[in-house]
Amino acid sequence: MKPLYIVIIGGGNIGYYLGKALLGEGHEVLIIEKDARKCERLEDELGSCCMRGDGCETAMLSDAGLNRADVLIATTAQDEDNLVACQVAKYRFKVPRTIALVNNPSNDKIFTKLGVDASISVTNTILEHVEQEIPAHPLIHLLTMSGQMEEVVELLVARDSPAVGKSIAQLRLPADTTVALVMRDGERPRIPGADTLIRENDRIIALTTPSSEKTLQKAVMG
Amino acid sequence: MPRTEAVKSNNQTIVIMGCGRVGATLAAMLDAAGHTVTVLDIDAYSFRRLPPSFSGTALIGNGTDEEIQRKAGIAEADAFIALTQGDNRNVMAAQIAQQVFKVPRVICRIYDPLRKDIYEQLGLEALSPTEIFADILFNKLEKQEKQ
Repeated sequence: MKPLYIVIIGGGNIGYYLGKALLGEGHEVLIIEKDARKCERLEDELGSCCMRGDGCETAMLSDAGLNRADVLIATTAQDEDNLVACQVAKYRFKVPRTIALVNNPSNDKIFTKLGVDASISVTNTILEHVEQEIPAHPLIHLLTMSGQMEEVVELLVARDSPAVGKSIAQLRLPADTTVALVMRDGERPRIPGADTLIRENDRIIALTTPSSEKTLQKAVMG
Repeated sequence: MPRTEAVKSNNQTIVIMGCGRVGATLAAMLDAAGHTVTVLDIDAYSFRRLPPSFSGTALIGNGTDEEIQRKAGIAEADAFIALTQGDNRNVMAAQIAQQVFKVPRVICRIYDPLRKDIYEQLGLEALSPTEIFADILFNKLEKQEKQ
């Protein structure tokens, strides 16, 4: 790949590591940073690849040779600064690709609407991983029956659940715990028998007590 | 411009971001003229600048946040004025008001004349106090020389 000229606004942690990685891949990198001390650290560790100044200032960006830049990446902690840096780069200097870090996740869509080519929200990225990798709610309390110390809970059978392939009887649930319903996509909810087999993605509605809740959770969630 | 006449006619709903000297003065003037005014500022202490007679709403919050703008009633506003100390904050809030909430009149203060030019080209109504004040001073001095 032909080396790119990449201008990074903001020499904080993201700017620094990004710059380091891109330099390592053979690209030409310039980091624009306001703070003199951060500039010094960048120069010490990455060589002469840093300019001190305001990355939203047109004169500064002109000195940085922005009109020949292939990519501008705005990584400051202020969304408004990232937005303006990208817009000035795009509309004044015709930079083909602008990328902005988004600190407030709701600005993700707004930035795209206002012309930023790609916006990255750390919060949204982490959230996506949480939703994919961790079952959203291991055990949901649906109802507590007053006076009887009994409760109705819902559990989702994940792929790695120890209950997959077992029958209700094989779950060896405590005596005060009953699996009342098994819900399966595309099927009507069924009242299971002792030999009903549990499958991945089943949702189980069970009647239990606070003291047995943990045992039930362990049997289904692992 | 027909928009100027629209703001002059009574009972406009106006949201002002930034309750500094200019923001507070403008809010008081618009309020006294019978408009419905909401002033936004991130610091409650700034609201001390509003006169006791001010009958509008003072709301604490960051005007670059879409949610805060919505809370300030931006969806029904006739005008939005961005007057914080930060050019970029003003630019961002003004663009949200204009492009997301389709506010009919949006005015934005941008101190940096170069940045002002860029955003004027992008369709924002922008004013640079730097240019305006330098212009006034220049004219005053020029006149004096001629006398």
